[in-house]
Amino acid sequence: MSLTNVSRRHLLAGLGAGSFVLAAGLPIARGAEEIKYGAAGMPGGAVANPLIFIALAPDGEVSIFCHRSEMGQGVRTSLPMVVADEMEADWRRVRVRQAPADESRFGNQNTDGSRSMRHFFEPMRQCGAAMRMMLESAAAAQWKVPLTEVAAADHGVLHRPSGRRLDFGGLARAASALPPPAPAALVLKNPRTFRYIGKDTMPLTDGLAISTGATRYGIDATLPGMHFAVIARPPVYGGKLTHVETAACLKVPGVLKVVTIPGTPVPSEFLPLGGVAVIARNSWAAIKGRDALVPTWEHGPNAGYDSIAYRAELERTAGQSGEIVRNLGDVDKAMAGAAQRLVADYYIPHLAQAPMEPPAALVHIKDGKVEAWACVQAPQAARERLATALGVAVKDVTLHVTLLGGGFGRKSKPDYVVEAGLLSKAMGGAPVKLFWTREDDLRHGYYHTVSVEHLEAGLDGQGRPVAWLHRSVAPSINATFGPDPMRESPDELGMGVTNQALDIANIRWETGEAAAHVRVGWFRSVSNIPHAFAIQSFIGELAAAAKRDAKDYLLEVIGPPRLINPKDQNDEANYGEDPAIYSIDTARLRRVAETAAKGAGWGRTLPKGHGLGIAAHYSFVTYVAAVIEVEVTERGEVIVHKVDMAVDCGPQINPERIRSQMEGAALMGISLATLGEISFKGGQAQQDNFDTYQVTRMDAAPRAIEVHLLPGDFATPLGGVGEPGMPPVAAALTNAIFAASGKRIRALPIKDQLRV
Amino acid sequence: MITVTVNGRPIQFHDDPEMPLLWYLRDELGLLGTKFGCGKALCGACTIHLDGTAVRSCQTPVSAAANRHVTTIEGLSAAGDHPLQIAWRESNVPQCGYCQSGQIMQAASLLATTPHPNDADIDAAMAGNICRCGTYGRIKSAIKKAAGQGGAS
Repeated sequence: MSLTNVSRRHLLAGLGAGSFVLAAGLPIARGAEEIKYGAAGMPGGAVANPLIFIALAPDGEVSIFCHRSEMGQGVRTSLPMVVADEMEADWRRVRVRQAPADESRFGNQNTDGSRSMRHFFEPMRQCGAAMRMMLESAAAAQWKVPLTEVAAADHGVLHRPSGRRLDFGGLARAASALPPPAPAALVLKNPRTFRYIGKDTMPLTDGLAISTGATRYGIDATLPGMHFAVIARPPVYGGKLTHVETAACLKVPGVLKVVTIPGTPVPSEFLPLGGVAVIARNSWAAIKGRDALVPTWEHGPNAGYDSIAYRAELERTAGQSGEIVRNLGDVDKAMAGAAQRLVADYYIPHLAQAPMEPPAALVHIKDGKVEAWACVQAPQAARERLATALGVAVKDVTLHVTLLGGGFGRKSKPDYVVEAGLLSKAMGGAPVKLFWTREDDLRHGYYHTVSVEHLEAGLDGQGRPVAWLHRSVAPSINATFGPDPMRESPDELGMGVTNQALDIANIRWETGEAAAHVRVGWFRSVSNIPHAFAIQSFIGELAAAAKRDAKDYLLEVIGPPRLINPKDQNDEANYGEDPAIYSIDTARLRRVAETAAKGAGWGRTLPKGHGLGIAAHYSFVTYVAAVIEVEVTERGEVIVHKVDMAVDCGPQINPERIRSQMEGAALMGISLATLGEISFKGGQAQQDNFDTYQVTRMDAAPRAIEVHLLPGDFATPLGGVGEPGMPPVAAALTNAIFAASGKRIRALPIKDQLRV
Repeated sequence: MITVTVNGRPIQFHDDPEMPLLWYLRDELGLLGTKFGCGKALCGACTIHLDGTAVRSCQTPVSAAANRHVTTIEGLSAAGDHPLQIAWRESNVPQCGYCQSGQIMQAASLLATTPHPNDADIDAAMAGNICRCGTYGRIKSAIKKAAGQGGAS
């Protein structure tokens, strides 16, 4: 999600759809009244200039710039691979370089929303194709032969009639001096001739470096004479430092300086929470120095935030009429006439992304120029905030994007980069590496929202749903960026509430009021997590009430194959994509559900204590279903035997990384369902490390994860991959637990109710 | 003064003997392959070998390494060709990669004592190493592959 995009979209909502042609992939000048979709709808748009993304060296090395942040999704392999394929480069002679933050040069760099491949596949193809044509032109000119007689292949250009060949290295200078062909003149490869795209064989760009410890993440950034810093932040969001005793801290050997950082009033957006920084000669001294501080805090208006009381408040709100956001038919009448009525509330607490690398950044300032190294998902946002905080022009900030040791949405918010900048300034511009400890990460996060989803349904005499009410109650991410809207935004509701494909005649969607008391932020798949958990669980509950097979019932609720225009669902968001191109295709949703079920052997006789659960969900314009086989022992122990994930994301550019993302999503989904909870008392997070905020470890991981990739041709628009695996997992797991044991889990985490 | 042998090289240490090895290796010696994840021996990202056995460097003071041999990921093999490193690459194990130094060092310690581990051995040895990206299945198959057991992914 991009905030810029969201607010701009809201501004323009209702003013008519544009007619952007996706295949062009380039920003096209258009009237201000038109809504832009896809990459063109993002700040910076898409750039497809080969001279920006590709550098040829005389020795034949081809440097390809990756302008999106690598956080494990494989983008430093997948995007450059697209360029290499189109330009006929040999992958073994490609060097991947990370682009610094510069959206005016590279186009949009905000690596979230599962957008990198779907927005930049075409532009990267165009870059590669353009460079291939430039190499061919250079060779033809050198040989003085017609262009039609030459062709690029295998890192060189061949003159077919004579068999002469020139390596890309020999053509580097001449080709790079040519103007790129006009977009209309580009000839893209026939997908049948792809050498890397769609193949299942790509090694990881950083595989060797990772396996030898040579990778550099934000926390590894190093400069000579660098200082190390940690910050003691207000324990409650919106709190302030009133006094600090620093004497003991300053006595810790290695501590250099204690600096007070002003906080940012609520809503604090991407800016620091403030507090007291300890700057030291090494990390250990900084940590010890911070332990020796005696700060006094004024906790402010969120000091009463208590997760137990708040959950009760959410449940009360969920039990009362809300604000109607969409309506189909007459729910009240259909409920009144129903043979059977079901009601359920589903709860998911706050969660923390907890990437293994905590936030970190290195900044130094010299002669009015700022240079930074940081593990950021949103490089341009980080660069702009840094410029503002340090009072310099954006052009005077160079921000190098390091590898990210996990992101999951946390590193979309660059507050830590600003902190590092302020500390460098306080040290006269000397290089300062600011890092967060795990305690900082869990106590001062941008947490996943907390939610109660209230579901009601009426079934007819045959057990078919005739009425459906969904009341969603959760604080909004927008409260982190502006006045608290006190309810979910259309973008959040477009993550699986209003755009849910349900073949039910009478449906009402409502929201309830919920105030934010923490920095609510994006967490991998965002609001889809609670929405899919509730909806897919409830469909499971209805199937049980109707005494029907859960898979058959799910397919019936999805309904017959049809295309649904997101606009007809009051969904203006649609993940930023053109509703004319990205309609919701229930045939594809059905197919992933059927494929996952088949993979799991749905319908077979299971061992005693075992059960299968299913869930399917559309998000980030991709279709994913999960079927999970669990065993619930007589001692109430949950063992996950197998997860079958089926995904239809359109064409598969790097199938190997799609599979790894689905494996990871299955794991993270199980982790949050079984163990995940950040709770608050007195406004303060009660979990502060991996002992209290537990995550799934190898011994509790599924015994097997099988990923089924649905075939997708290149005529189908691309879907997202990083996030859409997450939403169906929790419900598939709890549906399986129900099938295995008869126990219905409506509140996460499961650890409070069963042994996990 | 403390003498620690790091990746085969004896080094004199003059600082706070209670400093965890993690920070000494990273901040003073520039061996950045060993990662900080929790500081409480809860996640395994900082795993190194002390006289050949896996330990959490974030909870091991430099004093505990006096006159002993420390091996980090950088010193596991001369050319990145330890069987585990090869298996890791062949299986495309990593996602973000941050925890993988620790995973490999932990697995190397396991194979040193249990050359042919079964699933339960691997679970028991590796449960202290968190991977938030969820690469456990591939880690397990790469360990088996390195142990010469094939190990399908």
